[in-house]
Amino acid sequence: MKAFVEEFKEQARVITRDLRHRGLIQTALRKYEVARDRRKGAFGNWQMARQAAAEIKYEAINHLDTYLAEFADKLMDRGTQVHWATTPAQAREIILGIIKSKNAKSIIKSKAMTAEEIHLNDAMEKAGYEVVESDLGEFIVQLRREPPYHIVFPAMHLTRDDISALFEKELGSAPTREPEELTMIARRALRKKYITADVGITGANFAIAETGMISITENEGNARLTAALPKTMITLVGIEKVLPKLEDLALFLPMLATAGAGQTLTGYNTMYGGPRQKGEIDGPEEFHVVLLDNRRTELLADPEQRDALHCIRCGACLNVCPIFKNVGGHTYGTTYSGPIGSVITPHLRGLQDWKHLSNASSLCGACTETCPVKIDLHHHLLQNRRNASEQEPSALERFAYKGFAFLINRPGLYQFAKEMGRLLEPLHKMVKGSKLDPARSWTSTRDLPSMPSQSFKEWWRNR
Amino acid sequence: MITEREKILRRIREALTLSAPFPGEHGHGLGNKAHGTPAPIQSAKPWLPAGGETVESQIEKFRLASTDLNSDFQLAASEEEAHHILAETAEREGWKKVATHRGGLCDAAVPKLNLPVMPTDDGYDVLEMEACDAGITECDALVAQTGSVLITNTSAGGRALSILPPHHVVLARLDQLVGDLTDAFALLKTKYHSRYPSMISFVTGPSRTGDIERILVLGAHGPKKLTIICY
Ligand code: SF4
Repeated sequence: MKAFVEEFKEQARVITRDLRHRGLIQTALRKYEVARDRRKGAFGNWQMARQAAAEIKYEAINHLDTYLAEFADKLMDRGTQVHWATTPAQAREIILGIIKSKNAKSIIKSKAMTAEEIHLNDAMEKAGYEVVESDLGEFIVQLRREPPYHIVFPAMHLTRDDISALFEKELGSAPTREPEELTMIARRALRKKYITADVGITGANFAIAETGMISITENEGNARLTAALPKTMITLVGIEKVLPKLEDLALFLPMLATAGAGQTLTGYNTMYGGPRQKGEIDGPEEFHVVLLDNRRTELLADPEQRDALHCIRCGACLNVCPIFKNVGGHTYGTTYSGPIGSVITPHLRGLQDWKHLSNASSLCGACTETCPVKIDLHHHLLQNRRNASEQEPSALERFAYKGFAFLINRPGLYQFAKEMGRLLEPLHKMVKGSKLDPARSWTSTRDLPSMPSQSFKEWWRNR
Repeated sequence: MITEREKILRRIREALTLSAPFPGEHGHGLGNKAHGTPAPIQSAKPWLPAGGETVESQIEKFRLASTDLNSDFQLAASEEEAHHILAETAEREGWKKVATHRGGLCDAAVPKLNLPVMPTDDGYDVLEMEACDAGITECDALVAQTGSVLITNTSAGGRALSILPPHHVVLARLDQLVGDLTDAFALLKTKYHSRYPSMISFVTGPSRTGDIERILVLGAHGPKKLTIICY
């Protein structure tokens, strides 16, 4: 297998030249920016709201043991079965176990990034179950057998024609250029699945400790249906999703909607506190909540970057990132892409394998500025770089910097090097960018600034 | 044997022995508060979008938000007028059968439609509900700040009634209108205390998606239409 870094470079090289891709992403994100700015303007004070959100998440994450235990206990009090999983394998095993014990055949799923993280669909399909993604974007990428392109907009990289062709091939529908008609094709196909599904699987955006509830944010109503019709409901949630109080949602729901999609509030924000209770009309007979660690506790143990666990997965940092806009979501090769993905993937999947993501950044800080919970994203990228080179210093870099220090500390030698540079510069022009060029990795796509005819020192002397 | 729960909680406690910088204080050293840091924020309410102080301004906000969301908001001067609006809607949309639940507002309004009615209170058939043209429900509150309808499975006839039929109609009294989400959560707390229904939902507009080229399409999985009749 090729190293992840090579794959990243190769894909990035291809996609940055793909003008169609660029056009699509730019149009989509421009629409997002306009809507977001309008919503932000309705806030009494967006910056203070960010600070408030950051402080609440700080409280939750820095007392995670207390809040998580409270969350689980409150859920169990009302008949929910709570499971704990350290590894993805454990989580898959728990979920497959529940499905098996219910003799289930078909499973309906609403969007869950944690499920992507543990490759749940693969595992269920291998075990012989039919799994259907119900979120429209997820449904589309599932039919294409590819991972979501973006954590909030999974099918952002496709045009209506791509989707029409896909539906024609996979569902046998007539071709159309109307997004509305395409949506209705998916709606009809999925309605049948809802009625027959035995198990519904969801993710969660928040876990409320005070009342023992999960909260799901969505626009389509597919999660609402998933939590209403099947007899068994399973929710997979990362342990960092905790909020202390129910009323904290009064802040977090609008923040998520505004930062994530430029909405005042997302279509459906729903809290579930258990299976169908005594005296209630409908709802699942069983409700299972699976709490996933998957190395989140390792990130927690790094106080410098602990705030990365504040993330509410709004996707705002992806939307403003110049790297994301150029290389696109799939190039990252990770579940979480964009700045937040570059920050946490090294923690979740190994620093040396994924440090290149922290290097693929201009450190412009747009992500940090936009993040609704004030995660110090671009400094964390810098810290990942530092940690990676402390752990495995690069011999070449060390040698280069030693050489530079040697040179710069010796004025005579430095003067000589300067003269040599001036002498050789015309020669360099002849080989620039070719195989003979020693600075090729820089000059093949960029120009070197030319040497000034007189240095500052010389100018000072002759003033 | 130590359970997985214990193991995870232990790892968390161990991880938390070192303290992290307070939000906005990166670069001031771990665990140190920068000089002159303002006190932690107590309530975020003033920083959020406003919900309106008076009933008039709340109605205005709710109306504006509804237009934005493609919800159909109807303010009636009397119960009679509200029933009339409902009947008109039924006729315009050509409803043949509706699903609803028991409750003061529904009981007074729905029979007047003279249509076959499927009540959900004592259990129902999913396919039958799916075939209904509208789901008529009550709610817990209307939220001016966001144009949302706050429902629970006890106030709105279960979990499916408000999401499965293609048209969701909400009957609400004007005094159910609250300013913002903070007020809505406070209301829930007083109303249900510690015995919350198993589902609480803020319904903000009809079901929607932007997954195809970020173009808005209504009626992705849930109702294509949301009508709120308030009186
Ligand atoms: S890091 Fe911040 S901006 Fe990025 S997805 Fe998470 S919460 Fe949103």
